[in-house]
Amino acid sequence: MRTRDFTAAAADTASVGLSLFPLGVSFGVLMVHAGLDWWWATVFTAVIYAGSLEFLLVGLVATVTPLGQIAATALLVNLRHVFYALSFPLRQVRPAGRVYATFALTDEAYALTAGGRARDWSGARILWMQVLCQAYWVGGATAGALAGALVPVTLHGLEFALTALFVVLTIDAWRDLRDLPTPLLAAGSFAAAALLMPGSLLPVAMALFTASLLIRYALRHRRPAPAVPQPASEPVVCGSGLER
Amino acid sequence: MPTPLYLAAAVAVSTAITWGLRALPFAVLGPLRRSSVTRFLALQMPTGIMLILALYTLRDLRPTPWTAMVPTAVALAAAVGLHLKTRNAVISVLGATALHVLLSTFWHAG
Repeated sequence: MRTRDFTAAAADTASVGLSLFPLGVSFGVLMVHAGLDWWWATVFTAVIYAGSLEFLLVGLVATVTPLGQIAATALLVNLRHVFYALSFPLRQVRPAGRVYATFALTDEAYALTAGGRARDWSGARILWMQVLCQAYWVGGATAGALAGALVPVTLHGLEFALTALFVVLTIDAWRDLRDLPTPLLAAGSFAAAALLMPGSLLPVAMALFTASLLIRYALRHRRPAPAVPQPASEPVVCGSGLER
Repeated sequence: MPTPLYLAAAVAVSTAITWGLRALPFAVLGPLRRSSVTRFLALQMPTGIMLILALYTLRDLRPTPWTAMVPTAVALAAAVGLHLKTRNAVISVLGATALHVLLSTFWHAG
């Protein structure tokens, strides 16, 4: 049973691992180039475990930025994780495992379980998936930092692994629904956030996108109603009970 | 030069905030999971969120000079093309990243 969960998780994470590892390598190299000891790359990736924040932190800690500003950056960059609680299958993980499952709820862990894909996964499979994702990331960062400390050669362009990963995840998520308005709303939200609030681009884009989806939902659910006059509307209760 | 104490404090602050943002919403949003709005959001959000994250990784790209955009544009086309054709994320991510490393190394040199 254990082995089967692990094998399944290894297959689940193969593609993500192939982008997390090289990305970790480039993070490790960056840490060493910023003048930090190699093992800080291991500490950052193992303890904080939030990729995009860690990349930003390299520049911030190298110049000894005040902790208050680091806290504000962490809050803004990772605010998007608030939305992942809507669909991440935390209930399938036993209570003791939930501490780690929430700690390791990264973009990649969210993507791998999104769209109902993980509906029939066991708690162990979900946890193994998260452990493996973190292992690729910490392993890559440590290897990169050690290599960067030994060999003074920089490999340009490795950071594109993250872009490629999100492009692939976008296409995969789109294939599940083949719905055009949602990606258009997302691109529009991103463009608006980039123009209006470039300083906190990510959380603003995600908030705008969520708001636009809520408007879309409201419009869609008003359409079939107008023919029949409705009694005063009650709070919507969904009693289908089919969702789990 | 940052001291070990400062670095440890920076790590602690970042970890506490990140974990809080990941764990606390479950307590708040848990009861909302069964509503139909929540299910609509959970269904529709992945595509958009992944697209926003992909665009975000490209935020430092500047159109001037246009030659600086070539490695990214080519690698982006390769990632989309490879993935539409092969449906294999491993091939798409590795292929596009390798192409980007090659192009950024030689494009800058040339």
